[in-house]
Amino acid sequence: MNTAIDTRPKDEPTTYLNADYTVRSWLLTVDHKRIAILYLVSISIFFLVGAIFAGLIRLELLTPRGDLVQSDTYNKLFTMHGVVMIFFFLVPSIPAVLGNFLIPLMIGARDLAFPRINLLSWYIFMIGAGFALYAMITGGLDTGWTFYTPFSTSASTTNVIPAALGVFITGFSSILTGLNFIVTIHTMRAPGLTWMRLPLFVWAHYATSLIMILGTPVLAITILLVAVERGLHLGFFDPKLGGDPILFQHLFWFYSHPAVYIMILPGMGVISELVTAFSRKRVFGYAFIAVSSLMIAVLGFVVWGHHMFTSGQSVYVGMVFSFLSMAVAIPSAVKVFNWTATLYKGSVSWDSPMLYALGFIGLFTIGGLTGLFLATLGLDVHVHDTYFVVAHFHYVMVGGAIMAYLGGIHFWWPKITGRMYPEALAKVAGVIVFLGFNLTFFPQFIVGYLGMPRRYHVYPDEFQVLNVMSTAGATILGIGYLLPMLYLPWSLRFGERAIANPWGAAGLEWETASPPPTENFVRTPIVTAEAYDYETSVQFPPAPANGSMKEAAVG
Amino acid sequence: MNDFRLFPVQASTLAPQVDYLFFFLVALTVFFTVAIAATIVAFMIRFKRRSHDERPHGIHGSNLLEFAWSIIPFIISIGIFGWGAVLYANIRRPPDDALYVNVVGKQWMWKVQHMEGRREINELHIPVGKPVQVTLASEDVIHSFYVPAFRTKMDAVPGRYTLTWFEATQPGEYHLFCAEYCGTLHSGMIGKIIAMDPPAFQAWLAGDKGVSVAEAGAQLFQQQGCASCHLGGPGARGPLLGGIFGKTVKLTDGRTVTVDDNYLRESILNPQAKLVEGYQPIMPTFQGLLSEESVMQLIAYVKSLPPAGAEAPSSAKAHSGAEAH
Amino acid sequence: MAELAAHAHHDVNVAHQFDDAEQQKESVTVGMWAFLVNEVMFFGGLFGLYIVYRFLHPTAFQHASHHLDVTLGTFNTAVLIGSSLTMALAVHAAQMSHNRFRQIFWVMATVVLGSVFLGVKVYEYYHKWVDHLIPGPNFHWPDAGEAHAVQIFYSLYFAMTGLHALHMIIGVGIMAWLMWAMWKGRFGPAYHNPVEVCGLYWHFVDIVWIFLFPLLYLIGRH
Repeated sequence: MNTAIDTRPKDEPTTYLNADYTVRSWLLTVDHKRIAILYLVSISIFFLVGAIFAGLIRLELLTPRGDLVQSDTYNKLFTMHGVVMIFFFLVPSIPAVLGNFLIPLMIGARDLAFPRINLLSWYIFMIGAGFALYAMITGGLDTGWTFYTPFSTSASTTNVIPAALGVFITGFSSILTGLNFIVTIHTMRAPGLTWMRLPLFVWAHYATSLIMILGTPVLAITILLVAVERGLHLGFFDPKLGGDPILFQHLFWFYSHPAVYIMILPGMGVISELVTAFSRKRVFGYAFIAVSSLMIAVLGFVVWGHHMFTSGQSVYVGMVFSFLSMAVAIPSAVKVFNWTATLYKGSVSWDSPMLYALGFIGLFTIGGLTGLFLATLGLDVHVHDTYFVVAHFHYVMVGGAIMAYLGGIHFWWPKITGRMYPEALAKVAGVIVFLGFNLTFFPQFIVGYLGMPRRYHVYPDEFQVLNVMSTAGATILGIGYLLPMLYLPWSLRFGERAIANPWGAAGLEWETASPPPTENFVRTPIVTAEAYDYETSVQFPPAPANGSMKEAAVG
Repeated sequence: MNDFRLFPVQASTLAPQVDYLFFFLVALTVFFTVAIAATIVAFMIRFKRRSHDERPHGIHGSNLLEFAWSIIPFIISIGIFGWGAVLYANIRRPPDDALYVNVVGKQWMWKVQHMEGRREINELHIPVGKPVQVTLASEDVIHSFYVPAFRTKMDAVPGRYTLTWFEATQPGEYHLFCAEYCGTLHSGMIGKIIAMDPPAFQAWLAGDKGVSVAEAGAQLFQQQGCASCHLGGPGARGPLLGGIFGKTVKLTDGRTVTVDDNYLRESILNPQAKLVEGYQPIMPTFQGLLSEESVMQLIAYVKSLPPAGAEAPSSAKAHSGAEAH
Repeated sequence: MAELAAHAHHDVNVAHQFDDAEQQKESVTVGMWAFLVNEVMFFGGLFGLYIVYRFLHPTAFQHASHHLDVTLGTFNTAVLIGSSLTMALAVHAAQMSHNRFRQIFWVMATVVLGSVFLGVKVYEYYHKWVDHLIPGPNFHWPDAGEAHAVQIFYSLYFAMTGLHALHMIIGVGIMAWLMWAMWKGRFGPAYHNPVEVCGLYWHFVDIVWIFLFPLLYLIGRH
């Protein structure tokens, strides 16, 4: 420790944050909590970059003609928006930040099983990101985030190879994170913490990690083959070289459909934690929620063909995939019903993380149900590759995953930073995000059913009104996202200090100090009860002394 | 066509069928979303926290409920699946009496060939009240033939043919979009479907006399030297092609294959891939020598040939147009 | 819900995050298996492509396969199986005693066999170059009708054996580290988990070859 710049007050205990202040101590840290912070900073930057692309796209679509940018530029914008948001924000978001920070705390471990591999995965992520940034800065990429062949291997004139390598390399970061989580959850649980006592957040991450290990390598090899075909002319997918472009789609979606669950399952884990904490009740149907995460992970691997209903694949293959896709809706529905039932006879507080959680349930319900439209064969033919699809996956990814991410960041912010954020502002931001989101994406369902294809730079006049609504919504949504990006950093300095368990929530992570000491727990905890044991053991924070708890107390 | 609207026009026999399914799903979505949202709001208010140390004792679960809310959605989704699957089978299976049109997608235009010979670019004239079957090919990357007013879409994939069909119900002009991202001017790859009353369509079709597709194929058949092996006679070393379309043939490796557009296409471009039993692998490949449109012409010609045994045609002219009617 | 147990005394071979050697061993082993599952999926993508294309072009794949040197392939298979044996003996040596020379001897033998395999592979690749069988502008196949399919076969051949060879090279690197640790006297009956998991990796790489060899070299031979 470098005492020369140790400026903390004498009475302040040592935490992972103030243990050492040097840059080196951050860049070479093997502490899962510090690595989580490294991820938090990096993905926040990528979120901002992706959001700027999104803003430019919406601005361009304000008018039917291409007045803002050229077609090529527009194509690069939506491609880079997709690549950045999916591979560099959504996939790592909850697992690499919240999962990394919380899994060891939740299971009473001192760290993940392989701390150095954890750090390595951040470096791999940054190297992959470096390739992707290089591709973007030196001319961009215009293949769409899906890299469909033969466009990506022979027609595109942009930086496909560096971008593909970026995605390939980043894949290993996600594989290593998944591997670390699986091992940690298997072997590092505190005494008494049986599988059926695990927090659902941990279950969700376990399911996610399975997908990371089973799916990501398939994407990695597929994307690598695209780069190899393009660079070395080895024929795999290009019909001119005797290949089959549809085969690429099979391999790509074999990963990328489960990847959708990589992005949403951790969010579901967050929601399970929030809903229980803010209704002070054991979750309704614990085992069903836990098992449904695994069901989603498993079924997620057998539905990829529903992305190809219009590719000319056989009618019977289409039917099998459609049927299986319907089946995957069931475990998601089970979760939604159980969350709702958890509120029943609870003690429901309206704190900001809860508002995000309830917003998630509503938007995810719409996102999930519109997924049925796309899984339904006869209907998908019409809506496939239109704005209906765009609206659907933004309801799941933005209305779902990002809502959950924000809810989780607010909920655990006191634990991560030791500071409370301004509650009133957080509520305002939550409401703005919810409204802005709906105004942005709901019109896209309509314009999609009207027939507006996705990835269109210019479009017929009759779609303009709905596009203007969408752009207006995006402006509001942008303000909603900007608020937390301002008040959260502000709270680092000016926020009230947080006590160990400001929400009165159950879970081992709340039993250690905020922020936690480097070794997480002074003594390894022994678990003697089920998760979410609100009926007996949880200590609630002292009455109104804490400003942010006032509302709950008064209500 | 530029009016603002919230719902697309229904201009094909398929459109209302797709829309019924859509409305059903919308109703279902609204029902579940409203039910869940209302329950959440009601619980939020009813069970709002009253004191900071309130400690509720609620129920933890109910197997009966879990069972119910797994099984009921499952049954509903099976119903939706069945409905969608039947509709899909219908969308993918063209009626026998359809009018044939060849469409080739290319960055960034749609090239249309009517069997009678008339060609168009980014426009497709069709008659109302008659099923039209479109054979799709692509010369470069994947495109997708999408007509929102008909609720139909099919990818044009390089290296193979795909089929789609529709039957327009009212005359008018409808958008033809490319729905699969295909590069710079993807959003400019827009065409028009012009549905006309049958007499007007016939008049239009006759307006520009060109060689029919099968005739063009017949010329190619001679030029490329196909005739020497495939029309019988002393030098014939390949299978007779008359009447072969739609038949099932046995291959050298023991498998069987039905002779359809895709098989004929493959046999022209990659002859050794599926060799018919009893023939030597001596046919040269025509990959790179023939455009997608030329291959389509050859296939149309092969389809127009009378069954083997009947007299070989002295001129293809006699068979032109047989295709379309 | 709290009480507990001190961090216990820390053994030098147990990392700080683990409670004891047992937990560490279990973690490392579970980790290696999870990694191998990931590897199976990684190669799985290529095997998937192979299956589809072989189904589409059965005869061309046979013809293309006949240009691979079965003798060299068989020789390499034997070499690799031998290296699995020496690796198993290295693990055994570490489990049995602290004799670092015996441990290093068997790892060295594994490295030598692995290098022989790689050398033969380089020789085979060189011949493919001479015979114009490397996909790309220089590719040449007498029968134009099946040239495309043959080119796909060779694309897959190079992708699959290349990826496998890359794993071998990484394996040799790991062996070098292992020998260094053995030289330091790290392993013995009490602590030899790293040797075991390196062994798992090496065996996995061998097994991949056991699948590659018949799929690439032996098609259509009776």
